[in-house]
Amino acid sequence: MTVLTIKDLNVTFSTEGGDLRALRDVSFEVPERRIVGIVGESGCGKSTLINAILGLLADNGRIDGGSILFEGQELTALSAPKMRDLRGQRISTVFQDPMGALNPVLSVGRQMQNIQYRSGLSRAEKDARSVDMLRLVRIPDPEHAWARYPHEFSGGMKQRIAIAMALMMEPALLIADEPTTALDATLEVATIELLQDLQQQIGCSVLFISHHLGVIAELCDDVVVMYAGEVVERGTTRQVFNTPRHPYSIRLLECDPARQAERTRNLPTIPGEIPDLRRRPQGCIFANRCDRKVAACDELPPDVAVGDGQVARCILAEAV
Amino acid sequence: MHIGRGGMSAILDVRDLRVTFRVGSITQRRDILGVAGVSFEVNPGETFALVGESGSGKTTLARAVNGLQEISSGSVTFEGNRIDTLDTRSMKPVRRRMSMMFQDPVGSLSPRMKVGDLVTEPFRIHGVADVNLREETRRLLSLVGLPADFAERYPHQLSGGQARRVGVARAVALNPAMIIADEPTAGLDVSVQGEVLNLLNDLRERMGLAMVIITHNLHVVHHVADRMAVMYLGRFVETGDTEEIFQAPAHPYTAALLSANPEPDPDKAHDRIMLPAEVPSLLARPPGCEFHTRCPWAQSKCSTEPPAIVERDERRIACHFPLDPGARPPEQKGAA
Repeated sequence: MTVLTIKDLNVTFSTEGGDLRALRDVSFEVPERRIVGIVGESGCGKSTLINAILGLLADNGRIDGGSILFEGQELTALSAPKMRDLRGQRISTVFQDPMGALNPVLSVGRQMQNIQYRSGLSRAEKDARSVDMLRLVRIPDPEHAWARYPHEFSGGMKQRIAIAMALMMEPALLIADEPTTALDATLEVATIELLQDLQQQIGCSVLFISHHLGVIAELCDDVVVMYAGEVVERGTTRQVFNTPRHPYSIRLLECDPARQAERTRNLPTIPGEIPDLRRRPQGCIFANRCDRKVAACDELPPDVAVGDGQVARCILAEAV
Repeated sequence: MHIGRGGMSAILDVRDLRVTFRVGSITQRRDILGVAGVSFEVNPGETFALVGESGSGKTTLARAVNGLQEISSGSVTFEGNRIDTLDTRSMKPVRRRMSMMFQDPVGSLSPRMKVGDLVTEPFRIHGVADVNLREETRRLLSLVGLPADFAERYPHQLSGGQARRVGVARAVALNPAMIIADEPTAGLDVSVQGEVLNLLNDLRERMGLAMVIITHNLHVVHHVADRMAVMYLGRFVETGDTEEIFQAPAHPYTAALLSANPEPDPDKAHDRIMLPAEVPSLLARPPGCEFHTRCPWAQSKCSTEPPAIVERDERRIACHFPLDPGARPPEQKGAA
């Protein structure tokens, strides 16, 4: 059973310089109870993808093709009020900056009350649930923490409170957008373990966005690699990290300084730049930077299944 | 290379620097220490990394060194001169020698200026008139590996990596002796990150620059930094040679940080030092050693007496009981 199925999704923004194709034929699935990671650099379309799922694309953006199927409902055709019902209830989000998600002038407890406005519980029940939730995310002394204000907590704790709030309504899908980027390695690891535990307990699926390959490797069951608005490769974490098939994934993994055992001042890179998406090249999106480019790469490449669910958008995927 | 303490050779020498922020309402004024007494020096041509989580005081420290943040005590000596006592006007010539690369490269570029004007803005700000700006534009763009026609572009037409190159060009425009780069690779994917770091390192070698890099990416630190300092609650808990610290961290926090560092290998077995995740607030600093609330090695002395700085060869460690190489926690406390 899959919670979220995205099929051939296309998103375009109208800009002064012409239409910008921010997502092209994006397809992947988030199965039940799995943590799916999305990797890609800034500008590869990760945020656009999240906003498209949440129905929060900017006014100049439009979905022009494809489908987003969430728990059997087609989100691209859903009315704004129905979409609002889903957000925060069935799909919730945690962002990089927890302070942006917390209201600085309301106590944590009051905010947790407020987000349960649909639950039909009494105030006392809501409060008890809030305290339970804070305990679940390992906030010390939750009965008292409940009455405190966001600024009284450290960055790691604020992020855990934001996670508690996101999971309060037991959503089917949690979207976590770089939630550990601002934390040091000790807190990053603690947050990853917490997310894994909570995901098991609540039984939700998680879509986890990061450009930290180490965090993805550690946390996620499946990985989706994005480049310039396209999913260039997807598969299980083991498949993608151990036997990447798309040249971009291969190069990306090689570039991680964490994979350079020997200390070096000359780090590997991928020469060249991302193409301008307002004037998208005809063929493969990575062709201008690819060291394996052949003549056939000037045609749009198909998604090539390379076995057991692993898919790469490269004509050479099987040979790589 | 010997690192003289407060030595003659250091280009930057920071002694017991403190930065205080005033918080609270009029009736409940309180001071919190953002930077709580930090000392270090940077040698010419050296890369020095500041590591620590968000909120540990890295950026505040960098701003204090550059005179953008008022300091409450301590001293900053740059190229032999005290600069912490200078007013804004006298600070201006210093900033030609010590340039800053701020976080958020696109945000720090004016959206209404073309790249050509952006890279030569430092000349105008500092009233350097005896240069041909068009030639300087060409020189700087080629220095950071951007084609000359980029001079006509606006910041929104740049990718993240290109915007950082423009930031680098601005930082080196006036031939500084030192660059402070605040999170120079945040938000970049690893391939672009490598390009920016290689560029900075290349310029460091060619121009003999000293560099202070602020980051929380430990893998980056390992590759680029000669020496490093680990910050925790506004203090340095460990300072020393990067390679030596990575091989044998002596402060428990450093040891935990290095053991936690997630690796891009799904099959890797982890042997981690897990810490309780409760980081104390700057409003309520723990007594004694401020790390004792999370330290698996803490003993009773740690909760009452602040540790003195222990010097081991070139290493400085703020700990009562510095670790021996390969030390494991006495008993693994409950994972956070």
